Amino acid sequence: MLDHTKAAMAETRATFTGDHALEMEEPLLFEIGQAEKSGVDIEEPEAFQSCLGGLERSDPIGLPGLSEPETLRHYVRLSRKNYSIDAGLYPLGSCTMKHNPRLNEKMARLPGFADIHPLQPQSTVQGALEVMEQLSHWLLTLTNMEAVALSPKAGAHGEICGLMAIKSAIAARGESATRKIVLVPQSAHGTNPASAALLGFEVRAVSAGVDGIVHAEDVASVLGPDIAAIMLTNPNTAGLFERDIAKIAELVREAGGYFYCDGANFNAIAGVARPGDFGVDAMHINLHKTFSTPHGGGGPGAGPVVLSARLAPFAPAPALVKTADGLRLKEDIEGTTSLGRITAFHGQMGMFVRALAYMLSHGADGLAQASQDAVLAANYVRVKLRDMMTAPYGDRNCMHEVLFDDAWLAGSGVTTLDFAKAMIDEGYHPMTIYFPLVAHGAMLIEPTESESKASLDKFVATLRRLGELALSGDAELFHGAPRYAPRRRLDETLAARKPVLRWSRDVA
Amino acid sequence: MRYHPLTESDRAAMRAAAGVADIAELFADAPGGPLSEFDLPRGKSELEVERHLARLAAKNISAGEVPFFVGAGAYKHHVPASVDHLIQRSEFLTSYTPYQPEISQGTLQYLFEFQTQVAALTGMEVANASMYDGSTGCAEAMLMAHRITKRRKALLSGGLHPHYAEVARTVARLAEDEVISSPPDVFASEDLVGRIDDGISCVIVQTPDFFGNPRDLRSIAEACHRHGALLIAVFTEAVSLGLLTSPGAMGADIVVGEGQSIGNALSFGGPYVGLFATRKEFLRQMPGRLCGVTVDSEGRRGFVLTLSAREQHIRRDKATSNICTNSGLCALAFSIHMTLLGEAGLRRLARVNHANAVALRDMLKDIPEAQPLNKTFFNEFTVRVKGDAAELAETLARRGILAGVPVSRLAPRAGLDDLLLIANTEINTHEDRAALAAELKGVL
Repeated sequence: MLDHTKAAMAETRATFTGDHALEMEEPLLFEIGQAEKSGVDIEEPEAFQSCLGGLERSDPIGLPGLSEPETLRHYVRLSRKNYSIDAGLYPLGSCTMKHNPRLNEKMARLPGFADIHPLQPQSTVQGALEVMEQLSHWLLTLTNMEAVALSPKAGAHGEICGLMAIKSAIAARGESATRKIVLVPQSAHGTNPASAALLGFEVRAVSAGVDGIVHAEDVASVLGPDIAAIMLTNPNTAGLFERDIAKIAELVREAGGYFYCDGANFNAIAGVARPGDFGVDAMHINLHKTFSTPHGGGGPGAGPVVLSARLAPFAPAPALVKTADGLRLKEDIEGTTSLGRITAFHGQMGMFVRALAYMLSHGADGLAQASQDAVLAANYVRVKLRDMMTAPYGDRNCMHEVLFDDAWLAGSGVTTLDFAKAMIDEGYHPMTIYFPLVAHGAMLIEPTESESKASLDKFVATLRRLGELALSGDAELFHGAPRYAPRRRLDETLAARKPVLRWSRDVA
Repeated sequence: MRYHPLTESDRAAMRAAAGVADIAELFADAPGGPLSEFDLPRGKSELEVERHLARLAAKNISAGEVPFFVGAGAYKHHVPASVDHLIQRSEFLTSYTPYQPEISQGTLQYLFEFQTQVAALTGMEVANASMYDGSTGCAEAMLMAHRITKRRKALLSGGLHPHYAEVARTVARLAEDEVISSPPDVFASEDLVGRIDDGISCVIVQTPDFFGNPRDLRSIAEACHRHGALLIAVFTEAVSLGLLTSPGAMGADIVVGEGQSIGNALSFGGPYVGLFATRKEFLRQMPGRLCGVTVDSEGRRGFVLTLSAREQHIRRDKATSNICTNSGLCALAFSIHMTLLGEAGLRRLARVNHANAVALRDMLKDIPEAQPLNKTFFNEFTVRVKGDAAELAETLARRGILAGVPVSRLAPRAGLDDLLLIANTEINTHEDRAALAAELKGVL
């Protein structure tokens, strides 16, 4: 056993509290709060007359409260159990964990944006509508597309919105009964087949070549009058640009189908190449990836969809239009071909402001630089690791993320998961693992443009040290990792077998 | 550019390491690219961006500037300062979905607490980690009912928020399901029970409904269950649950609603947070993320995302939903505000809301041209005005009062052009109400 492993496995000193200096345990709210305690001072109304029709709630609700100082302490302690971009490199491939500028937070909180109601008279929200108009202009210019729907609430919501437009267009052509198949490559995000299936499409796999991209001739061989659409991510989830994309788009269009592009990886090409130039009919743009609205621990995101001229007439409500009285949201779709409404209001305004602030800060020049730096960083990591790790599609340039598989770990007793957990102990959030499914034991690394060269150098040096340790036969360290995180490995099987999804007195 | 750490010499060194002479080589596969010119401005300093956006923000009338009575699915409440401070902590704001649970226990624990709070508030057994918003959650609930009942025909109440109904209709039409709509039901007088039969998958009823009436769901629940259908209860004002009998206690099978009014800003319609709760028996048909309890390898309690076999990243085209995210940070804001309130605070807040609405109702009683129509309500009610409510709202906006939502904006061509929804929360003072009443008298 190496000294490194021995040191790591040595027992940590027990304390009376179970806490270790800055690392503190925090009970559940339900173990420390009290129903009668409140951190908000509200006076009982002077006179209370009920007009509730006998529907007063009388049962105890079960909502403990905390005073303000206790609340602060509870959530501050919880926050310290999270990794974050602000604290370290977060190389989650396909997720784009780049810097979140605080200016954007400040702008989104201006009362003129944060404190306006979606249904107040439109004459009183002209500035908000101008934000939507300017954001639309940037998105359409960067993509060279015809129209944009801002209302989708997240990437997957944008995806289904784009497919709804495609389904509406097919219906308008009277081909609903025949065009039922959506082609999706194996490397696609799970949302692609899920969105297609939800709308009643039949999902058919299309395979990529040994070089990791989908080839025009393979698509051509399955095209026919039954094909509604193809969904391709570009750059794809292996971090490769789909070289045949323009040809594929042309073939699909000739066959009467539509080309849905999953724009999750638009951050690789924003300001450098335009999806409209390679024949895209619909593409969602994750504002929380490319335009850096914060991920917030899993949302809220925003997923505007850009549409080609042949899908634009089917865009969801509301549409933003210019009138003699200024900008207006056209909310009534009677007599139009709009696919309808997909959310109660007009989309994620808070995210629109942040994304626009990001665009204005960067400018066209800065956006291109961001894409170039992201792609350069991924290739730098690639060349620094390629002699040790294995790439499923050979030694070739990548876009904004680099994909490795686990062939290089064969026989070491260390899995991709073990390797990822050991990275946690070294102070890193692991890369995306086991996705895309096309690479065995996938490790998908997206460093983003937000890392300095020194940060990248330290990262690759750490991965090399860990890799050497794994290949030296010292699997023990990996199996026990993480050791220094707030928790050791968690039993996910137990959680699923006996689901406990809310607090009760048994949750000790 | 201030956000880019790489210097020109770093870039040159990295290009050399990667074996590329020109960055364009890395984009060689892109058709049409690489482009060097876009018809877009160049980057701006922080000061310039602030000026640009502050100018736009200043063109809007914000709720805090004027007497404000606008509701109809989004409500202005006072949010304690500590909520917004806490959700801006780096560890919450700049983290990803908790896929690596050992270093995401903060997010996971608050999601577990959020789920418990939502389940308690709605009177249900389990809740998920949130949806995009109330309206999309409502459509997801409909699809869930279709999976459970293996029927594909939903019945919508005429008291359902018209935009929620539209979202459900869009989803149903494109998923090739059926929706039976109802005409707007101003007085909560519709007979839903008589329209439920063995072909109906679910009945979707909002309480308090769009026009402000709290609904007793018990007879509808009973009729649903007699016919093998599910009752989906919808709310758009979460604060009402501090004062009104929970949908769970009235027999609802799925409760879904908008959580914005606790902890979250109006923000022109988003981001908001959908609350979604159901009975334990339907757990595996539920959409969205779930956080559950487990132990780590040393036996310590911890939290993980669980039952992901329902979800798109595992099941792909067989998933219960295509949803991939939740509304994490908005759920956190909801949860912190709810923690600060506690049960006693929530009840008091709800009582103040109701009392303020009653006070306004009493004030308007003396104005024959602006008659409140509701016998019962929580913090919002419908007023019949003389003339066109949309024009009235515009006129009052010009006079410095945001008076409410004309029903015709959401339900055009329904012959309801003279109806105005007026919401009252704890933010409204006696002076606000007096100003509104005086203006209504003056204008009408």
